[in-house]
Amino acid sequence: MELKPLHIVGALLIDGDTPRPGSLLIVDGRIAAIDPTELPDGTETVDAKGQWLAPGIIDLGVFATDKPAFHFGGITRAALMPDNGPLDGAGLVERAAKAGKPDLWVHPLAAATKGLAGKELAEIGLMKQAGARAIATGRGRIADAGVMRRVLSYAASLGLVTIIHAEDEGLTAGAVATDGEMATRLGLPSAPAIAEAMAIARDLALVEETGAPVHFRQVTTARGLDLIRAAKAKGLPVLCGITPAHLFLSDTAIGDFRTFARLSPPLRSEDDRHACLAAIADGTIDILSSGHDPRGPEDKRLPFAEAQPGMAGAETLLAMGLQLVRDGHVTPARLFDLLAGTPAALLGVDAGKLAVGKEADLILVDADAPWQVDAKKMAAYAGNTPFDGMPVQGRATAVWKGGSRIR
Amino acid sequence: MTTSTTRPASDYPPGGDAFRHRHLIGIAQLTPWEISYVLDAAEEWVDMNRSGAAKHDDRLAGLTIINAFFENSTRTLLSFEIAGKRLGADVVNMHAAQSSVKKGETLIDTAMTLNAMRADAIVIRHASSGAVQLIADKVDCPVLNAGDGRHEHPTQALLDALTIRRRLGKVEGLTIAICGDVLHSRVARSNILALTLLGNEVRVVAPPTLTPPAIDRMHVTTFTDMDEGLKDADVVMMLRLQNERMDGAYLPSAREYHALYGLTPKRLEKAKPDAIVMHPGPMNRGVEIDSSIADHPTRSTITEQVEMGVAVRMACLDILTRRKRGVVGWN
Repeated sequence: MELKPLHIVGALLIDGDTPRPGSLLIVDGRIAAIDPTELPDGTETVDAKGQWLAPGIIDLGVFATDKPAFHFGGITRAALMPDNGPLDGAGLVERAAKAGKPDLWVHPLAAATKGLAGKELAEIGLMKQAGARAIATGRGRIADAGVMRRVLSYAASLGLVTIIHAEDEGLTAGAVATDGEMATRLGLPSAPAIAEAMAIARDLALVEETGAPVHFRQVTTARGLDLIRAAKAKGLPVLCGITPAHLFLSDTAIGDFRTFARLSPPLRSEDDRHACLAAIADGTIDILSSGHDPRGPEDKRLPFAEAQPGMAGAETLLAMGLQLVRDGHVTPARLFDLLAGTPAALLGVDAGKLAVGKEADLILVDADAPWQVDAKKMAAYAGNTPFDGMPVQGRATAVWKGGSRIR
Repeated sequence: MTTSTTRPASDYPPGGDAFRHRHLIGIAQLTPWEISYVLDAAEEWVDMNRSGAAKHDDRLAGLTIINAFFENSTRTLLSFEIAGKRLGADVVNMHAAQSSVKKGETLIDTAMTLNAMRADAIVIRHASSGAVQLIADKVDCPVLNAGDGRHEHPTQALLDALTIRRRLGKVEGLTIAICGDVLHSRVARSNILALTLLGNEVRVVAPPTLTPPAIDRMHVTTFTDMDEGLKDADVVMMLRLQNERMDGAYLPSAREYHALYGLTPKRLEKAKPDAIVMHPGPMNRGVEIDSSIADHPTRSTITEQVEMGVAVRMACLDILTRRKRGVVGWN
């Protein structure tokens, strides 16, 4: 189907320090001009009516291809974690990459080791040829430092970033919560928060030695963030991310054994939560993602320690991000760097910004629209949100993928 | 021995306001006067249980109580069964080992099944913290927690409080040392909650590997030196050490544990001269407690705890079924 040129007018563009009134022209699925002075013949016009026009969200590190949830949340591309499968061969990667097209692009993250077992290198080069944009250690880390070192240097030689889960498996064995008053009162097996910093410290030493670029997918503790800050000051090629859960919830949320708040890594203390907010504000944290992991009652309606970790996060990502703006932690422009610009750079995709020549993956955002999170009425195929019942503001009202309107 | 601490009924709010809970999930939900109310009610049952041949009161006649034990237990199960039968209820025991749980049925499905059988009360033990509350949220009848994981074992804490009250004449202003594997112990957690709530100084005496993180936030002081922890204590409460903790992961060996944390006559001398010694059972004689103390006629309360257990469970079953039975003032 031939796409007609599209002119989005009356928008507040998120392409600088502050949202500014402007318009944007899409031709052949790409951004052709910002504030165009002339329009091609047959151009259609959409009036944004003062809403924000922003890049579509690139959700780095999801565990399921859940199109309805992604489209509700304004997500146009999702980087799929390798755990289901696992994605450790070229054929699997190729199939995963096709799963969402054309209206959602899935970027598979290749398993770093065969079967994600942490023992032998997976066929990273062949998976790259099949469409993998980065590699990942999955839900756990690679326990063997020797294997990790080889993975990092090998991936770096192929120009791929290694996405790391940082928890020391010795300290966290059997744990379902972070050490503290809440875990002790509930009688839940717990691990000290330093399990994260210990894992980060090891891998940063390997980064320093190999020069390999890495992304710590979730850094959730003050000590972990201090290590990242110091590594960046040294100029190491390190990025780190977080999900809204660790910014807005602490371990008090697991009270009453709420399994929707059982996450990996587990929710932390209130002090760590404040450290995460500070790290979002000072630029230490580079990427905000949903960690989308829809889990049905068979995984969640269980005693806490028997339930699976994970949350359905795609639908609440944008609204929680906008809360960071309202609370003064980030500007709108920085929010969309966290949600789209930096993930695009990590994956090496030509999107994630409002700039001429980029793919026209765009969303309109009504930044103030109030709604209530309701686990029973979610677009995701399971409603396991730790934000159930929370009143929030802001949602995507229109979504374009490659210039085609999909919502 | 005294029962003079029993309060007159007029000290409590009228009717159901004296105990405003549908279930007994944990001590965490209770107020000090609710605990006291249960203990006072249990005193009556102690008297009846001791009164000779006819240990029966048929106030729960026609009611069905299901004891659903997903974790092996002999003593607690027997205690609940006797409590229910002495009140005239029809008591049915479900052992997980024989049930469909082993065939992969989920806990929720089991709960719905029990509910459909129109039980009037369900007593549950489960190896996972929080499992009892999960079931309680899904059924229409009162649920009593008989132990969930490391979380709570409220009737044990109530029977311990009753034992202390009867032996020492009060259960407030005392110094109580809880010793042993506190990390894995629901008995310890429920007792810490109950005994601090009632105004006692509670100490936790345990090796660091078996001390829960941030336990001081539950208003206790921690000791790793047992002699220090027992100093001038009124009550020494020992915990059972599970065999699997002694294999090197948490403790080097049983004999080292006994050397450092076993309750010996010499160690007990650090406590007050008339201090009592408690143990929830079953005991590992020669590991956490010496036989000469366990069997001591005046200081050990171990058999009395078992006796109080039946009385406390009778009180809980009676109180929690009052709404169902239409007792005046309980609606």
